[in-house]
Amino acid sequence: MTITLAAWTSIFLLNVVLTSVLDILAEKVDVSVYFNLDTKESNILSLKAKLEGLKEVASVEYVSAEQALQIFKKSHAGDEVLIKSVQELTDNPLEASLNILAKDSSNYGVIADFIDQSAEKSAISKINYTENKIVIDRLNNIIRILRESGAVAGLVLALVAFLVAFNTVRLAIYSSREEITVMKLVGASNWFVRGPFIVEGILHGFIGALFSLAIVVSIVAFLGPKLLNFLPEINMVNYIGDNFWFLLLFQALGGIILGVFSSWVAVRKYLNI
Amino acid sequence: MTCLVKYIHRTMIRFENISKIYNSHSVALKDVTFEVNPHEFVSLVGRSGAGKSTLLKLLIAEEKPTSGKIFFNRQNVLKMPNRELPFLRRQIGAVFQDFKLLPNKTAYENVAFAMEVAGKSEREIKNDVSRVLDLVGLKDKMNNFPRELSGGEKQRVAIARAMVHRPSVIVADEPTGNLDPINTWDIIRLLLKINELGTTVILATHDKEIINALERRVVSLENGTVARDENPGRYILS
Repeated sequence: MTITLAAWTSIFLLNVVLTSVLDILAEKVDVSVYFNLDTKESNILSLKAKLEGLKEVASVEYVSAEQALQIFKKSHAGDEVLIKSVQELTDNPLEASLNILAKDSSNYGVIADFIDQSAEKSAISKINYTENKIVIDRLNNIIRILRESGAVAGLVLALVAFLVAFNTVRLAIYSSREEITVMKLVGASNWFVRGPFIVEGILHGFIGALFSLAIVVSIVAFLGPKLLNFLPEINMVNYIGDNFWFLLLFQALGGIILGVFSSWVAVRKYLNI
Repeated sequence: MTCLVKYIHRTMIRFENISKIYNSHSVALKDVTFEVNPHEFVSLVGRSGAGKSTLLKLLIAEEKPTSGKIFFNRQNVLKMPNRELPFLRRQIGAVFQDFKLLPNKTAYENVAFAMEVAGKSEREIKNDVSRVLDLVGLKDKMNNFPRELSGGEKQRVAIARAMVHRPSVIVADEPTGNLDPINTWDIIRLLLKINELGTTVILATHDKEIINALERRVVSLENGTVARDENPGRYILS
C-alpha cells in the first residue's frame, strides 16, 4: 500500500516538475518583429493593438528604438569599443520591435501568418519566427512527446502499483475465508462480515498514506536542493511545503479508496453463500 | 379447507418436488417431497452421496435447488431476498461433521460469536452463552481453544453455537462422522435432550446402530429419491 501510494505520488510530482520545466522552456520562446528605422510609432502601436486582440496571443511588449539602445548599452557595458562606436553614431541604428508571447508555443505559426498579412507588413524589416521556426517546432514536438509518454508511463505504473496492492489485500482476505463462511452460516449479515474488512482497508490506506508521504518528503528533501542547482525555477522543497496538506489528502484519499475497493471486491467472493 | 389450514399450521418444514442437478452425470436429488413437523426428531439416512447433505444445505440456503420449493414456517426459502437469509439461519441451527469452529477463538468465544453477528448485547451474550455451554456440559472448558478439546467436545461446542439463538430446528449433518462410539452416543443423547426441550432435530447420518437404537422417524434417501419414510423407522437400504 505504502509503495503503491509512494509510486503514485512520485508520478504525480514528476508530472509537476515536467510540466513546469516545459512551461519555463515555452516562456523562453517568443517572436520578435523588427520595424524599419523610419516607421512611425503609431503604426507599430496599431499592430500591437491588433495582435493583442488575437486570442492566441498572451502578451505583446513594445520596445522602442531608444529602449533598444539602452538595453544594448546595458548588456554591453563592459565592451568599450562597442559603446564608443555607438556613441559616434548620430542616428540610432537599432530598430524598434514588438516581442510577442503566445499562449501556446504551437500558436506562433498562426501569429507569424497574421503579421505577414497585416497592413503594416511593409514597415517590417524582419520577423525572427522564420529563423527560430525549427527550434520552436522541435520544442513543440518534445513537449508533446514528453507529455504523452509521461502520461502513458504514469498510467502503466499506477496500474501495476494498484494491482500489487489489490492482490495483497485479496491474499489477506483469502486467509479469512473460513471465518467468513462460518460467520455467514451462523447468520451474519453481509454488512457484519464486510464491515471489519472495510475498516481495515481504510486504516491500511491511511497509514500507508502517512508512510508514503514520509518517503516522498525525504526523497524530495534529498533531491530538491540538487535539482535547484540546475533548474533554479523549480523549488520542489517549497512546492511540497506549500502543498503538504493537499498531498496528504491526495494520498490518504487514494489509499482509502484503494483499501476499501480491494476489501469490498475481495470479500464479495466469499459472501455468496 | 379446514383440513388444509390445519395442515399448513402443523408443518414446519416442507420440501416440495425438490431436484438438484449439478450436471447430467451428477444428480443429487430427484423430485424429493416430505415434511417435518414441530418437535419431531427425524433421521435422514442413506449412503454417502445419497443427497442427505445437499438437502440440509438447501434448507439453510447454502445452495439453491434446480427446481422445487422449500417452505420453512410457511415461508418459501427460495424466494427470500439475500438480506433476510441471516434471519433464517438464526432460526435454523446447523451442526456439521467438521465442526466449523474458528481455531483462534475459545469455546466461549465461538459460541458468543454467533450472538455477536446477530447484534446481541454484551450482557445477553454472557448470560446465554454460559447457559448453553452448561446445557452441553462444557462450562468448565469454555476458555479452551478447539485444539485443546476432543472431537466430541468440539462437536458439543458446535451444538452450543447452533443452540444459542434458540432456534426452532437443529439440522445436524453427520455430526458423529468424526467421532468414536462413546463420543457418538454423547452427541446423540445431547440431540435427544435438545429435542425433548422442544427443538425439532433433523439428523443426517449413515450410522446404522444409531438409527436402529433411536426408534424415531427415518427418511431413507436412495439415489436422490425418498425410498422410505417410516415412523418409527429402521435403517434399511436395498
